[in-house]
Amino acid sequence: MNKTKLGSLLLPLAITALLVGCSNDNNSRSNATDNPAPAPDPVTMGFEITVTNLTHNQPLSPVAIVAHDSALHGWVVGEPSSAGLELLAEGGDNSEFRMELEDSGGFASMSAEAPLGPGASESLSLEFAEQEEVLLTIATMLVNTNDAFSGITRIDVSSLAVGDSLQRLAPIYDAGTEFNSELVGTIPGPADGGEGFNVEREDVNFVSRHPGVVSRADGYAESTLDQSHRFDQTAMLLSITRIE
Amino acid sequence: MKIKSILGTLALAAMATGVQAQTTSVVVTNLTHGIYFTPLLVSAHVDEFHLFEVGSGASPELQMMAEGGDISGLAAAASAMGAVNMETMGLLAPGSSVDIEAFDTGSNGFLSITAMLLPTNDGFVGLDAWEIPTEPGSYTLYLNAYDAGTEANNELVVEGSGAPFVAGIPASPDGNGGVGGTGVTSEEVNQLIHIHRGNVGDTDPDAGNSDLDARIHRWLNPVAKVVVTVQ
Repeated sequence: MNKTKLGSLLLPLAITALLVGCSNDNNSRSNATDNPAPAPDPVTMGFEITVTNLTHNQPLSPVAIVAHDSALHGWVVGEPSSAGLELLAEGGDNSEFRMELEDSGGFASMSAEAPLGPGASESLSLEFAEQEEVLLTIATMLVNTNDAFSGITRIDVSSLAVGDSLQRLAPIYDAGTEFNSELVGTIPGPADGGEGFNVEREDVNFVSRHPGVVSRADGYAESTLDQSHRFDQTAMLLSITRIE
Repeated sequence: MKIKSILGTLALAAMATGVQAQTTSVVVTNLTHGIYFTPLLVSAHVDEFHLFEVGSGASPELQMMAEGGDISGLAAAASAMGAVNMETMGLLAPGSSVDIEAFDTGSNGFLSITAMLLPTNDGFVGLDAWEIPTEPGSYTLYLNAYDAGTEANNELVVEGSGAPFVAGIPASPDGNGGVGGTGVTSEEVNQLIHIHRGNVGDTDPDAGNSDLDARIHRWLNPVAKVVVTVQ
């Protein structure tokens, strides 16, 4: 499988190398046509992802970005969350989520260093050896919730040219692994400081779109959340640029 | 103007394919956390027909669907206009998908979908006359929840309230519905088809305003994903 993939990669790589040679270095062009081209150096693909937190008062746990091919996905609506996604969505720890995808054949992954506050933006970048097919999966927890996460899985950036970019609004999903009780002690973010990950699955056990939080302001007296923690369907603006 | 240009398109398409017939498949996924869809009506029809139109009043047939999940009236109305209909069986649970394969839409170039949302008074998921592309490929659509505007959203579970003009929610299929609510409202201010404002619910299963659970029976749009594959 890997071998055939590599084989089919060589031709586009060689063409890319020729094109780069022609456009970037006029002086050596005649030499390049006269002499046989040396074996091309591995070409690196690089993407810069700018993330903006569009919520009112939901800090986002360190954002995870994974590059992979079309055989993989971060989640599927209607199917149970992976153990790594549960850990991410309940506790904000993306390490296992990234490892699951990398172990299944993902090319590269990275995590932001810190949570991203409401209104804040950050730019993250990811580099890896050129691949024919590149899909990005991006995920983060809304930390003032039981198990809400925002992200997009399988953004196809294979055909993005260097310098081109695309924008996406990331919806909010419910991992389905923890009941949305909103009770004191169940939410890890600053609204509560309660428990993050718990291995027990006490909700529907499938991924869905999130129904939103209720909060005290909407008549749920026991909720540890207030009006500021409410949200609508979107939590992040993603701007993805191919930088190399 | 519009009709003319469509006739032109139809004539060209007919010439190109010889026989005017188009096979598609339609996959509908319930994206919600806790809302069920009643059996879906998936209808391929001509441009002049609508199962519903946002901003307009609901037909009696749409009211039957939105308040009680009964799609027979809409299906008959569509058939009378030459539509090809597919109907799914049973409830589509949260997170579930239904796959309608080998749907021969014939010469009908527009696709509409409706199903009631449970538990709601008269909420429904809908697609209104989406033009089916002639180019083969997969097309993804996201659908919103609408309010038929025909019944006040009192959020009380009342047996038999699926019939038109009987206020209430006919059933809460997940078993998380409560009892003893006093009613969220008895008014329906906007009586035209509009974007549903969502269930309110409460967290008291035996009292409160609503028989619904605010933690379980709310949603944010979109409520459905539809993938249409044109062969």
